[in-house]
Amino acid sequence: MTKIELTVDGAAVSDDVEPRMLLVQYLREKLGKTGTVIGCDTSNCGACTVHLDGSSVKSCNVLAVQANGRTVTTIEGLADTAEGELHPVQEAFRECHGLQCGFCTPGMIMQAVDLLGENPNPTEEEVRLGMEGNLCRCTGYHNIVRSVLHAAGGAQS
Amino acid sequence: MTATQERPAGEIGKDRRRKEDQRLITGRTRWTDNITLPGMLHLAMVRSPFAHATITSIDVEAAKASPNVVAVLSGKDFGEELGVCINAWPITPDQKTPGHSPMPADRVAFAGEIVAVVVARSAAEARDAAELVDVEYDEQPAVVGIKKALEDSVLAHPDLGTNKSALWVFDSGDAGTGGDVEAAIEEARTNGIVIEREYRQQRLIPAFMEPRSVVVDPTGEQITMWSATQIPHILRFALAATTGVPESKIRVVAPDVGGGFGGKLQTTPEEWIAWAVARRLSKPVKYTETRSESLMAAHHGRDQVQTLTLAADKDGKVTGFKVHLDADLGAYVAIVGGGVPVLGAFMFNAIYKFPSYRFECQTVLTNTTFTDAYRGAGRPEATYGVERMMDELAAEVGVDPLEIRERNWITHEEFPFTTVAGLEYDSGNYEAATAKAKASFGYDELRAEQKERRDRGDRVQLGIGVSTFTEMCGLAPSRVLGSLDYGAGGWEHATVRMTPLGKVEVVTGASAHGQGHETAFSQIVADRLGVPFEDVEVLHGDTQVAPKGLDTYGSRSLVVGGEALVRAVDKVIEKAKVLAAHLLEANADDLDYANGTFTVRGTDQGKAIQELATATFAGHDYPEGMELSLDADATYDPVNFNYPHGTHLCAMEVDTETGAVKMRKYTCCDDIGNIINPLIVAGQVHGGLVQGIAQALWEEAVHDEAGTLVSGSFVDYLLPTAADTISFDVVHTDEPSVCTTNTLGTKGVGEAGTIASTPAVVNAVVDAVRHLGVSDIQMPCTPERVWRAIHANDGDAPTPEAAMPHFDESEGAGQ
Repeated sequence: MTKIELTVDGAAVSDDVEPRMLLVQYLREKLGKTGTVIGCDTSNCGACTVHLDGSSVKSCNVLAVQANGRTVTTIEGLADTAEGELHPVQEAFRECHGLQCGFCTPGMIMQAVDLLGENPNPTEEEVRLGMEGNLCRCTGYHNIVRSVLHAAGGAQS
Repeated sequence: MTATQERPAGEIGKDRRRKEDQRLITGRTRWTDNITLPGMLHLAMVRSPFAHATITSIDVEAAKASPNVVAVLSGKDFGEELGVCINAWPITPDQKTPGHSPMPADRVAFAGEIVAVVVARSAAEARDAAELVDVEYDEQPAVVGIKKALEDSVLAHPDLGTNKSALWVFDSGDAGTGGDVEAAIEEARTNGIVIEREYRQQRLIPAFMEPRSVVVDPTGEQITMWSATQIPHILRFALAATTGVPESKIRVVAPDVGGGFGGKLQTTPEEWIAWAVARRLSKPVKYTETRSESLMAAHHGRDQVQTLTLAADKDGKVTGFKVHLDADLGAYVAIVGGGVPVLGAFMFNAIYKFPSYRFECQTVLTNTTFTDAYRGAGRPEATYGVERMMDELAAEVGVDPLEIRERNWITHEEFPFTTVAGLEYDSGNYEAATAKAKASFGYDELRAEQKERRDRGDRVQLGIGVSTFTEMCGLAPSRVLGSLDYGAGGWEHATVRMTPLGKVEVVTGASAHGQGHETAFSQIVADRLGVPFEDVEVLHGDTQVAPKGLDTYGSRSLVVGGEALVRAVDKVIEKAKVLAAHLLEANADDLDYANGTFTVRGTDQGKAIQELATATFAGHDYPEGMELSLDADATYDPVNFNYPHGTHLCAMEVDTETGAVKMRKYTCCDDIGNIINPLIVAGQVHGGLVQGIAQALWEEAVHDEAGTLVSGSFVDYLLPTAADTISFDVVHTDEPSVCTTNTLGTKGVGEAGTIASTPAVVNAVVDAVRHLGVSDIQMPCTPERVWRAIHANDGDAPTPEAAMPHFDESEGAGQ
C-alpha cells in the first residue's frame, strides 16, 4: 500500500492505495465519485476522462499513485451543482441534446472543456478531431459536436 | 389553489430539453456498477478460452486460498437453483434447442462461456483469484461460420446430431397473399430479368457504452436484482420461471442503463450466476463485466448469408422475390435469437408491390458467441437485402435507382395496403418522402457531379446510394406474437396517479435506457391531462414501482406504451368528471374538460384537476357510489404494427487508387407520423444512422477458425468516432402519414436510422465504382475490400501508380 494525498473536486483527500490501483478505481471505489465511469479496458472509450492538473486524461490510464500531490477535477466538481450551477459545456450538452443514455457524457464533457480551453473557437472539423478519443454509441456524435460548438459560441458572446 | 394553471399550449411537438439530463450531465447517476451495499461481495468469472471443449477437472484450491476469497463455485456446485437461460421464441415446433446452463458443468460451446465464479471481498481480489482457477479442458473440434455449420461435418452440439436448428418458411402462394415465386422466376428467365445475389450480413456487436452489471441483494423479504437491462419485467418473469423463486419474492430494478440497442434485451448467464451465488451465500453480490468480456460474451447481432433471387419484367417491374437466409445463432438459441432473422420475413418485400414472395430462414448453431437482437433485429438485414437488389435491378434495366423503386412501390392512394407478406400497412407516402429527400439532398446536382467525375476519369469517384425503407415497429399485437409461437405478449401497461397536492405520477412498463421517456411521456400527459410539464413525474424500471410491463425494444415504448398512457389519462379524466360534477353541482353531461379544468358549459364555474385531486385525498365531500380515487391503470395491446418509412440518400466519395471511402453527404426524410419531441427524434435518427453506417463501413465481429473472437476489444472492434462521421441532414415529410391505429398518430423511430442507412451507404460505395465493373462489396466496406473489388476483374493487378515504390529502396525510407 502506498499513501497518496491529492485534491479531488476541491477537497483534500488522503488514502492508502495499492500501487496498481487505477485513478478511476480510486475515484469510484475509495471516494464514491461514481460520476466518472469505466467503459472499456483499453483506454479507447474515454468515458473515464477527468482533468489532472487542468488537462484531460483518461483516468483508466493513470495510476492513483501518479495523482499523488496533484489536483483532479471530475464531472462532479466541474460546477457547483449543489448551488444549481452548471458549467457552460454541461449546459450546452443539455441544450443541444448532446446525450441520450448519458454514460459517455461525463467523459465527453470533460474532454470538451479541455478542448475549448485549448481552442476556444474551434471549427466543426477541429471539434470532431478533438473529441476523437471519446466513444458514444447513442448520439452518432451529431449533437455532441453541436453541443461543443454551442458552448464555444456561448463562450465568445 | 387556482382554478386554472399557467401552461404553455401544445406540449406535443415541442423540442423540450430532457428531464433526464440534469443528473446525467452532473454525474449524479445510478448505474448498476455504482451501487454498493453493506457486506457486498464481488464476482469474477472464469471463462473458457476454447470454443468447444469438455471440462475434465476444475481445481479451485489455489483460488480459494487467495486473499479475501469467500467462495469459488462451478457448475457442479449448483443444482436446479442455478436455473437455465431461456429461449422464448422457438420458431418451429421441431426447433433444435441445445440446453443452455448459465454455467455448464461438463462442456463449453463457445469461447467466453463461464465455467466457474470467484467470490471475493473486492473486485480486484476476485479477479486475481480467477486467474488461479485451474481448469482442465479436453478440446473438441469447433464449428465456426455458417457455411461450415451447414455441412454438419463438425457439430457445435454433437448430441443434437446436426447444426441446423430450424427452418422457417413463408410462401405467398401457400399463404394466399400472392402468387408462386418459382413460376415468376421461370417466366423471368425467358422473358424478363433475373437477379441472383448472395449477400453477407456480417456479425456485429451491440457495444452499448455501459458494460453489463448486476447486483443481487438476497437480504430482506424480496430478493432484489439491479441489472443493466432493457427488460426488468421479462427478467423477473424468467428468474421466477427458471429458479423456483416466486415472482412475488423478486424485485428487479433497471436503474440508469447506459444504452442497450437490443444488446441488453437478454436474460444472461451472468445474471443467473449472480442470483444463485447471492442466494447461496445470503450476501449481496455484484458482477460488472470488463469490456473484453462484454464483447466476447454479451450477445452479438446480425450474421446471415442471404441468397436472393429477384424476378422482374424487362421494364423492371418486380414479379417475384425469393429469399433464403442462413442465420448464425451462435452456440445457443438465445431469448429471441431464432426469431430475430424471422422478423425479416415481413420486411424483405419492403415498400413494394411484389406479386409473389417466398422467405426461408435456416438457423444454424456454431461454436461462437450466441446472437440475438441488435438495433432493428431482422429488419436491417431484410432492408439491406431488398434495397441492394433494387439497385442491382436499376443497373440492369439502366434507369435511376429511384425510378426503379417508383415503378414498384405502393402509391399513397393505395393505403391501407395488404402486402405479399401478409401485413396491412395502414399509411404511408413514399412519393412525398422521396421528393423531399431529393430536394434537400440536391440529388440532381450530385448526379450531375457524379457524371462529370466519371467523364473526367477522376481518381476520386462519387457514388449516390438510395434506401427507401419501411419497417414494422411497435412490437407487437399479442395475438400475432402468439401465432408466431413467441413466448409472451406485446401489450404495455401504464398507471396515472394524482397526488394529494395535484402533481401527477406516471408509471410505465416501458424501461428506458437513453430514449428520453421521462421527457416525452411527460409531454404526452401534460397535453392530454392539461397539467404543467414540470408537474409530471415518470416512474419506470423497477418492478416494485412499475409491476406490470413488457419493457423497451422494437421501437415500442411510445407507440404501445404511449397509447397505454393516453388511455390511463382518459380514465383519470372520466373519474374526475364525476367528482367535478358533484362539487360544481352540475350534470356531468354539462361539463367540458380543457387545459386541466372542468367547466360548466355556459358559466364561469370550474374545477381544476389539481383541486379534484386534493378533494379526493381529503375525501370530505364526494358523491355516493364514487370510489375515492382518481388514479387509473390501462393496458394496451396494439391492433397492428406501425410502419415508419423514409427515403435515405447518401453520397460517398471513393478513392479508386486506395479504396478509401469518405462520406460526403447524408440526407434522410423519415415519415414517422406525429412527432412528440423533435429534439429526441433527431437524436434517435442520428444515433441510428451511425450504427447503420458503421455496419456498412467499419464494424465486424470476427472469430478465427478456432472460434476465438479476434475483435475482442475496442482496439479491434471498430466503433466510429466523431472524426469518422459527419453531420446529417435530417428532414421529415411536411404532412406526415400518421399511424391510424393509435390515438397520437405516432410511429416508432428508434430503429429507423439503423434499418435504412446500411444499404444507402453500400449502394453509394458500389455506385461510385460500378462503372469499373463492381456490383458488390462485402461489408464492412474497408479500403482493402473496396480496392479488391475494383481490381477483381484485372487479376488483382495493382495500378501503375500504386505499384511505384513509396521510397527509393537504395536510399532507405528516410526521404
